[in-house]
Amino acid sequence: MTFAASNKKDTSCACYSGSADPMHPRPFKVVDIWRELSDTFSMSLVPEDGGPVLFEPGQFNMLYVYGVGEIPISVSGDPTDRSKLVHTTRAVGNVSKALDALKAGDVVGVRGPFGSVWPLDVAEGKDLVFVAGGIGLAPLRPAIYAAMANRHRFGNIAVLYGARTPEDILFAKELLRWRARFDIDVQVTVDRATGNWQGKVGLVTKVIASGGFDPNNSVAYTCGPEVMMLHVANALKNRGMGADQIYLSMERNMKCGVGFCGHCQWGSFFICRDGPVFRYDQIADRLDIKEL
Amino acid sequence: MTHLRSPARAKGTSAADKQIPVGTKVLLDEAGLQAFLSLLLKIGYTPIGPKVRDGAVVYEPITSITELPVGIKDEQEGGHYRLSQSPNGSFFDYTVGPTSWKKYLFPPVHKMWSAEKQGGAFKVIKDKKEEPAYAFIGVRSCELNAIHIQDKVFGFDRADHCEKGIFSDPGYVARRSKSLIIAVNCGRANKTCFCTSMGGSPHVTEGQGYDLALTELHSSSHHEFIVEVGSERGALILDLLPYKPVTHSHVSAEQAQERKARHDITRKMPDDVKTVLKKNIEHPRWDSVADRCLSCANCTMVCPTCFCSTVEERTDLTGDHSERWRMWDSCFSIDFSYIHGGAIRSETKSRYRQWMTHKLSNWHDQFNSSGCVGCGRCITWCPVGIDITEEAQVIKRTGK
Repeated sequence: MTFAASNKKDTSCACYSGSADPMHPRPFKVVDIWRELSDTFSMSLVPEDGGPVLFEPGQFNMLYVYGVGEIPISVSGDPTDRSKLVHTTRAVGNVSKALDALKAGDVVGVRGPFGSVWPLDVAEGKDLVFVAGGIGLAPLRPAIYAAMANRHRFGNIAVLYGARTPEDILFAKELLRWRARFDIDVQVTVDRATGNWQGKVGLVTKVIASGGFDPNNSVAYTCGPEVMMLHVANALKNRGMGADQIYLSMERNMKCGVGFCGHCQWGSFFICRDGPVFRYDQIADRLDIKEL
Repeated sequence: MTHLRSPARAKGTSAADKQIPVGTKVLLDEAGLQAFLSLLLKIGYTPIGPKVRDGAVVYEPITSITELPVGIKDEQEGGHYRLSQSPNGSFFDYTVGPTSWKKYLFPPVHKMWSAEKQGGAFKVIKDKKEEPAYAFIGVRSCELNAIHIQDKVFGFDRADHCEKGIFSDPGYVARRSKSLIIAVNCGRANKTCFCTSMGGSPHVTEGQGYDLALTELHSSSHHEFIVEVGSERGALILDLLPYKPVTHSHVSAEQAQERKARHDITRKMPDDVKTVLKKNIEHPRWDSVADRCLSCANCTMVCPTCFCSTVEERTDLTGDHSERWRMWDSCFSIDFSYIHGGAIRSETKSRYRQWMTHKLSNWHDQFNSSGCVGCGRCITWCPVGIDITEEAQVIKRTGK
């Protein structure tokens, strides 16, 4: 009978997860996996299904290890190279340690990309200020690549980076390479000098105070521990930058990435869907509320 | 508009003439209700209805009206739920119990997919299970509102179009679109009910999204049900049943019943609770509620709109087979907000605040409605009787 049990709605909506169900992963092969720091590694992945590699700077994927689980990790690779995905993370939990133990040729599950992007289009003709702390350089790196690939569209570009010690400087060789260019200003500071470090010592906020950008005509992008980003935003505002010229990337527990599981809620926002990248003036009211 | 059905049923005329218009009210007796249940089974539905188990009215598969909670009445208060047996033999004299229809549309435990190991690789096996076609019998008006709220969460309202970054849960959408909703109007309210302050009412309203709605009428001589047609699908089914016309006295009895149920409602949520909570993210009452709250998660488990879930990986002993299971989760558990370094909401105070501000305030920003329908389950099933309406009233009275 026609009125019994019929599916009225068409659910075969592929979006860009490659599946009608956003909880189903796509298999990606590990092409290469390499150590960045004592506890940090990167991996490059290519899709097994021959489908596209899609992402914008600032977005993240849910990476799944067979038999272990799934975690959200920001894309750290070059958005102008759509042949592979690159992810960088610290091996600190069950899943990230299992990812770290993979070898080239192994397969992981990928769901995504999810979330909001670092908006470079709003900075056309302006100075760009990237302020990263620790592993926070990884989610910012795709935006830096994109800025350098479109160098003529922007004024000065400043990359201000703070690490705990010289041994914790992520992408150190790349930072050196960028610093060798004449069209980008790279400043690196450490909280605590070790060995024969002769560079800057102190918080990254100190570098902001002296950094080479026009606060009245800049857009800033910051990623790092929450408390660091709060201080960075204040330091940028102290230099005269508007709250609507500052973007930051938030982190919360995530199980689904698509706004179903509820874990990443932060006030009215789902960080997976409304974030992770937010404009500072949209979140300033909740940034310093404890345990929100 | 309500149409009273003419008693003369024109047999043998065309299907278009025969169809009962949406909004029509007719009458079924007890035998008619059993015929209805049998028909649902015959045409492939899985009827789910109220029955008594472990001292509570719960929603489970039923095949006969004898399984209904005959003569059962519930008494509810903060942290209190008791059933009593009355001789009147009514089927729907209880209000709402600890389970809700959420259990069927958004199962508490659900296998999303499984995987087979193949060397360093694995193959994802998608669950091809056909979703059952449920017939929900006894959906209260507040519960119908709760279903509409979860429709927004899981994308039932947007399943026919694709928007970048906005997703639907295909399992939920499939179960929901197949489900037949047979509402039951409330003849009484419990002390924990407050649907009328959440935009709801004890009786369903036209266009609320039910297929059929029942009003149980009981007197010493009669046990009958007014059946209101809410959809074409409902009309097609009803037309196969031995119904009778309703009279004006039936309709006035129905109206009197709703007035009584409304009159029973004593609890009230402040109208401006959304803004009250926004202004009082810091308030001493959060400490006071944390002193009482056990962080047990009961309120979130019984809530018909709470939708949080977690995911678990389950492997067999050989390691060759692994499964991804989704399970209900609660913002009251400490692990809920865990990121490397510790839980974001380490204190009970912030977990209760998260639940209440989400439900009553942030939900409006996320889904354009409150997350609360005023069913009162969270009050009844709180082991220490914390009352969300009282907490809101106190914050309003003493806050900014």
